[in-house]
Formats: sequence, C-alpha cells, structure tokens
Amino acid sequence: MAQKKETAVVYSQEELAPGIFSLWITTGMAKEARPGQFIAVYCRDGSRLLPRPISICEIDPEEERLRLVYRIAGAGTEEFSSLVSGDPVEIMGPLGNGFPMEGENVFLIGGGIGIPPMLELAKQLNSEKQIILGYRDSHLFLRDEFESCGEVFVATEDGSAGVKGNVLDVIRGEGLTADVMYACGPAPMLRALKEYAREQGIRLYVSLEERMACGVGACLACVCRTREKDAHSNVNNRRICKDGPVFAAEEVEF
Amino acid sequence: MRRTEVSLAGVTLKNPVMTASGTFGSGAEYSEMVDLNRLGAVVTKGVANVPWPGNPTPRIAEVYGGMLNAIGLQNPGFEVFAARDIPFLRQFDTRIVVNVCGKTTEDYVDVVEKLSDQPVDLLEINISCPNVKEGGIAFGQNPKAVEAITREVKRHAAQPVIMKLSPNVTDITEMARAAEAGGADALSLINTLTGMKIDIHKRTFALANRTGGLSGPAVKPVAVRMVYQTAQAVALPIVGMGGIMTADDAIEFLLAGATAVAVGTANFHNPRATQEIVEGIEAYMDRYGVEDIRELIGAVRQ
Repeated sequence: MAQKKETAVVYSQEELAPGIFSLWITTGMAKEARPGQFIAVYCRDGSRLLPRPISICEIDPEEERLRLVYRIAGAGTEEFSSLVSGDPVEIMGPLGNGFPMEGENVFLIGGGIGIPPMLELAKQLNSEKQIILGYRDSHLFLRDEFESCGEVFVATEDGSAGVKGNVLDVIRGEGLTADVMYACGPAPMLRALKEYAREQGIRLYVSLEERMACGVGACLACVCRTREKDAHSNVNNRRICKDGPVFAAEEVEF
Repeated sequence: MRRTEVSLAGVTLKNPVMTASGTFGSGAEYSEMVDLNRLGAVVTKGVANVPWPGNPTPRIAEVYGGMLNAIGLQNPGFEVFAARDIPFLRQFDTRIVVNVCGKTTEDYVDVVEKLSDQPVDLLEINISCPNVKEGGIAFGQNPKAVEAITREVKRHAAQPVIMKLSPNVTDITEMARAAEAGGADALSLINTLTGMKIDIHKRTFALANRTGGLSGPAVKPVAVRMVYQTAQAVALPIVGMGGIMTADDAIEFLLAGATAVAVGTANFHNPRATQEIVEGIEAYMDRYGVEDIRELIGAVRQ
C-alpha cells in the first residue's frame, strides 16, 4: 500500500465540542485507508513546515471521503479549523499500519482525542464490542455515533456524565471482560491499561503518538522504545509513523 | 541541449541535486513518491561502525520557518547498512554518498575502511552533528582537529571524501582551510545551527536533548553567506545546503559558489521536493538560456 501526497478537497467541517473539530475531506485515499491509519495534513502557512499527523476517524470509500476529528493543539490545527467546504488541503497518506482485526469479545477504549480512531475500528470489527470512552467533561463528542457499533460506556473526569473517573474505573466497576483490548489516548491511560492487560492476561493493542517530521519512516524522530531489538533499526527503537502507530502493548514502552 | 552534469571530486553527478543526510533515510521510504533515478545523488543517513540508539524523544520541534532536531544519529550500524541499504540504492541510476559518523577517530576510520570495497561513490564525513556529545561536533569546531580527522580519514578512504562542516563556529573558512590542508576532496555545508525551544505551557524544553539543530528556510541566508565565504577561501568543490525548499533556493547556492546542493528539511514539507527542484533548475536554465549548469556555479562574486 503506497502512500502519496495529494490535494484533497474539504467536504465539510463542524465543531463537535469546544476545540474539537470534525473535518470530512474528499480524497482517493479513502479507497485504501484502514482503521488505525493516519493522514499527514500540511499547513498553508509556509512558516509551519511539518505536516500534522491526524488519525482517521471514519472512512467512506464509496464517496471517497475521510473523516478526521482533531483537537486544536497549536497554530497548525487552529489553521485547519478555519477550512470550509471546497477548500483544497494538502495531505499525505494513508500512513502507518492499522489495527489488527482480531478478538471475539473486545474492548475499544478511547481517551479524549484518542477516541476518534476507535470509530472506524468499531464499524469494521466483527466482534462483540464493548466501547469505553473517557472524556474530560460532558462534551461527549462522537459518543452517539458509537451506539450502533456496540455497548457504550462513558467515564468523565469531572463526573458530569457516566462514571466519574477513568476508563479503568468503568471496566472494573461494571465487571466487563474481553479477550482483546484496543486503546488510544493519553500515555497515563495507556500505561494503566497495559498493567491491567498484564494482570488479566488480555492482549492489548495501543495506538501511540509522538512528534513527527517525515511521517514515512525516514527521519527517525518519532520512535518508541521496544522490548526486543527491532529488525529495521537494529536497536531497541521502532518508528511510530511507519511501524505503528498501533503496537502490541507488551512490545513497546510508552 | 542543456547540460546539467556537475563534477564533484571527480565523480560526475547527472545534476547537482542531492539529499541531505538524515532527512531521507537511505531513500527506500521516499522512493514511493520520488524517482530516485532523477537525483544527482542520495546521501544516506549517518552510519557508524556499530548500531547507535539515538536520543530520547521528543526528538524534534517545529519553530517559525524551520525545525529543531536532536535525533542523535540513530543508525543500525555498518553491517545492516551494507547488507540492506547499499544494495537497495544500487538499483537506481544515482550516485551513492555515504554519510559517516563516529565518536572517535578510530570509529570513523573503521567505517571508512569497511566501506572501501563497497560500491559507493563518495563519503561524507560528519564532524559537525550538534546533537551528540562525543564525536560529531567535537571534531568540527577546532581547525587542528578538523585537519587531523580529515587526514586520518583520507589515509584510509577508497572513495573521495567530503568533509561536512559545522556553522557553529566563529569563522567557517578557518575550518574549510583546515579540511583542505588535511586533504579533503570536497566540503559540505552547513550542518544545523544549535538552537533551543522552550514549551511555555509545560515550562520544559521542547526537546528531550534540550538543544537541537535548527534547519529549514530560517537558516538559508546564513548558509548562503557561509557557502559564498567558503567558496572564496578554498579551491575545493562545495555541496551547499541549509533551508533549500525550491529550485530558486538551490540556484542561489549555485550562484554563491556551490557545485552541488543538498535538500533536507524540505522533504518533510514536500516529499517530492528533491525531484521538483531538479525539474525547476531545468526550467530556470531554459528560461535564461543557460546551456551548461556550470555557468551558474559561483557566478555571483562582487
């Protein structure tokens, strides 16, 4: 599957929650993209050189559209939030490897801006799915869209919706069980899940993020430490953009 | 019929456009988007005699008009490089320049000797990486050390040697003359400028290494000036680099005195940058009726 750079066209954009935007773009990449892959989005302002890696939230191969749901984290994503229908946008992708599609009874776990990549996975995975979403507050972006894919549980940090606490509080509190877990979210959440997966003997796949430059595996900026020596790097490092962003949790440090 | 070939230390490049070490791997990742046959040369990521793990992350940070990197010369070591990357590059009709890094003189010599029977065209010796404490920059900021390492590398090298110079010095021409005195066949400049970024929200350094090398269009005027000064100071051919994003930028370096140019950070902004720069240089030659690209090299003097 070859990645390429091309000019996509904005189909629509809306703000889902304060600072959280949903951007649909029209691109031929929708025909080959898989859940868990990401797109590099370039800024129009030439002072911002590096593309922003954004996970794919939904794939519509028939209409040739991809949905990117992102949070404004700086000037680059601020620029993206001003894109409107019909605007051209330079992208490269699809990048990285997607999620493996395995497990009979799975947890899909998203924390904050780690929630979006879980949506396409939820749509495509033919398993019994329990979807656990962790939010800061009652702005439960994308929650309703998961409802048709499986049973949805919500945790909020401030207790304004669902269980007060984090995703593990939901799993433990509800006595949920699974044979495979998929997770994307902040590093402390992923570390806690890794420990839980180890205790329970559950296979865990995590989607990682790191500051990226090239996005294609050449510059070695976005590496993570690995338990075993990696065949490509010949050291204990793997490239998140090229070899990930999804890894079996026990193989990497984060 | 326009002529784009240039000669770099006796090696003919089909055009003066090369990749800048560290930004292009060994070409495999970019070969899906760039026709490597169109490039004058591919300069590999630095290779050491043994694998290096590099620095902790974050290793990069964007800054206005540029970026900082502190990768720390992560590389798989000579053996993997020779078994995998050289055969890959040999499939293409382009010159192969191997960038060599080390912590001690012996390390550099070890790699250079191992490369002596390898089918590569040129060696680029990195004595200017700002991100590793030993080696790298330690050799590049003192003219006596530059001359000594150049001489030692030359004594063992089978291929022509390009010494890659640091801009983090008071007078780069002093280093250029030292490399020339040591027997260098060519020079490349500039490596990155040491910089720092602070994350004001987290109140920490943006890079785990605290400092990193600044590259991208922000450094280009400094690089053009240093290439110009160096071209006046030594008789060696120069590979000019530093913030080249477009063919116009590349032509500026040629006019300042570079025989060839290297494209680095631009690859991150536009993965097809190298090939587009080759095409843009050809268009410039057609527009101004330049029949031989060598007419441009060092054409701006007074």
